[in-house]
Amino acid sequence: MSNINEMRLEFTARSENEAFARLAISGFMLPLDPTMEQLADVKTAVSEAVTNAIIHGYGGRGGMVGLRAAYGSEGDLEIEIIDQGRGIDDVQRARQPFFTTCKGEDRSGMGFTVMESFMDDVEVKSAPGKGTTVIMTKQLRDDAIPHEA
Amino acid sequence: MLCYENRKNTLTVRLTGELDHSAATSIRRELDALIMQTGAKKLVFDLKALDFMDSSGIGLIIGRYKLMAQRGGSVAVRGPGARIDKIFRMAGLYQLVERMA
Repeated sequence: MSNINEMRLEFTARSENEAFARLAISGFMLPLDPTMEQLADVKTAVSEAVTNAIIHGYGGRGGMVGLRAAYGSEGDLEIEIIDQGRGIDDVQRARQPFFTTCKGEDRSGMGFTVMESFMDDVEVKSAPGKGTTVIMTKQLRDDAIPHEA
Repeated sequence: MLCYENRKNTLTVRLTGELDHSAATSIRRELDALIMQTGAKKLVFDLKALDFMDSSGIGLIIGRYKLMAQRGGSVAVRGPGARIDKIFRMAGLYQLVERMA
């Protein structure tokens, strides 16, 4: 994919920034003229990944969360959510529905399942103590790509 | 945001706006206090005016289901949009919680 547009953001791992991340990604993908459905899919997936970074990656103790997004001329959207937090011991296990390390804190363990169902592809790069990067892709309508005037 | 009505042992809470982890944290606190105060036997989440929900909403509802079950009560949801309904089905929520028309 050759990107025609790209953005990078960094924000403090505070839960009020979950809404900010959803707004930021919505604004960025707007030129691709997504359907309401696609917009909601992406917002939901980003919300899940950013929440994971804040509460699991950093355990609610702050740090910075990175949000990077890019799209190419084919309408292929790629999003990365990056933290330098504690990392995931067992990625396979973490991706299982209902798996959660936060027993008794009302976490459903459905975050990765939701990301996987709303995006075309979800890749997780993580190691204990080395942080986590979630890379998600989604093909948007390819008939609505903005062209240079 | 949360509005509520308590009638005949049924506590109906109407959620509006966006239900994410940040919102769920404050709603949970308010809701648990209401459940204790009212002693309601049934808790109904009215979701008609909810614009956005991620999996934090499932956690909130399942958590309240456990609390109500301990107290011999039950939980229902009303009016979830298509997307929220899809997330509920994904999590098998309707095995625990009634979906009211």
